[in-house]
Amino acid sequence: MMQKLFHYASPQNFYPLAGKLWPVFAALATALTVWGLWLGLFVAPADFQQGEGYRIIFVHVPASWMSMVIYLAMAFWALLGLTFNTRLSGMMTRALAPTGAIFAFLSLWTGALWGKPMWGAWWVWDARLTSELILFFLYLGYIALTSAIDDSRRSDKAGGILALVGALNVPVIYFSVKWWNTLHQGASVSMTQGSSMAKTMLEAMLIMGVAFWMHAIAIALYRVRNIILVRERHAQWVADLPEVKAHALKEPS
Amino acid sequence: MSAFFAIVQRDLVLAMRRKNEVITAVFFFVVVAALFPLGIGPEMNTLRLVAPGILWVGALLASMLSLGRMFAADHADGTLEQMALSPSSLSLLVAAKILAHWLLSGLPLVLLAPVLGLQFDLSASALWTLTLSLLLGTPILSLIGAVGAALTLGVRGGDVLLSLLVLPLYVPALVFGAGAVQAEISGLGASAHLSILAAMALVAAVFSPWASAASLRIALES
Repeated sequence: MMQKLFHYASPQNFYPLAGKLWPVFAALATALTVWGLWLGLFVAPADFQQGEGYRIIFVHVPASWMSMVIYLAMAFWALLGLTFNTRLSGMMTRALAPTGAIFAFLSLWTGALWGKPMWGAWWVWDARLTSELILFFLYLGYIALTSAIDDSRRSDKAGGILALVGALNVPVIYFSVKWWNTLHQGASVSMTQGSSMAKTMLEAMLIMGVAFWMHAIAIALYRVRNIILVRERHAQWVADLPEVKAHALKEPS
Repeated sequence: MSAFFAIVQRDLVLAMRRKNEVITAVFFFVVVAALFPLGIGPEMNTLRLVAPGILWVGALLASMLSLGRMFAADHADGTLEQMALSPSSLSLLVAAKILAHWLLSGLPLVLLAPVLGLQFDLSASALWTLTLSLLLGTPILSLIGAVGAALTLGVRGGDVLLSLLVLPLYVPALVFGAGAVQAEISGLGASAHLSILAAMALVAAVFSPWASAASLRIALES
């Protein structure tokens, strides 16, 4: 088992595996998104208080979940990369970061769209909104740091340390912002519907959550393949790949 | 341990030979604190309300000014490599550099803050809490900043990048630091805030030298 895992820790072995896996996850993501959106937009009843506007949560809530899960996944790969010194871990961390940043942004954006009709304001300094914003900043910091360092090994390791420091800080930031918010008596609008939610609504939201999860995996695998190709472009096994050969023949530059 | 004090002493002597860097950061703090009333208006009730936040954000930015230089000079002349090769642990030596950084850029702000607080008409107890919260909070800024400084060492556009990395991580210190003063003003008492601030400083003191040393080794490798 361990032997098998370490076999795929080499970029050369992981590249074809990722190539086989990502279309599967992409197909799952597409199918689940269609199903989830159909359930959420057409089947689920309109909310008693919020009318049709609440339907944005089918994108908003899964996006917020994913923005947090992806940061944890990045910290996991960073830890793996720093302890075992595997190259693929750093590449995975970097492949996940843009998706996480996009989900964090999507969560903030849809939150603002939802907040305007519901609260009458695009932005409220609510604990969750604020900590999501800071999480978005952490993603941007990670991306900025890794793209500023040219040497790929150094940028992977430096990014790894930053991801770990950030992951340690995320709960502290969340609770500090929460306390700050309650002390300031800010907008105390509860966003949790919890058990009061209709069954179809919850179902649609969970399906969308799984769909976003599949999307994140598919995109990360696709992106890690690109990163592997760029990093290993001088290696013979890359030159021997059928897709690289076909491309080289078409464009002799 | 003697290496620890030797490095603290060396950094202090180096800074005293070139005082302008220390003084610039302190003046920055004073100027920023003076700009806010000009922007907000001279209404004392408003100023008293926003004073903790302004002074804390000012201190945060002022202590960040000198972060970029924390390891840069030692990196340029090879001292850092000698530190990494020396028999005493790099984490300990980095801790010494962080302490020196705090003595040079954090402590002056702590001493100056009550004077600036007077401009905002803070009461005596609020001034005392402000000083105490900065005394506990500025070490956190130096400790977290050291990790950022080590990560961005020798990187293109490092200074701007450094602020992008470090500022979001400063949020808890800012929340509890400025919150302590506000809690004191509103009569809630600041002890809970100050305790949490002290706890964060201790946790940062444990992890930061270690993480900074690891980041420095990465920077030296390439």
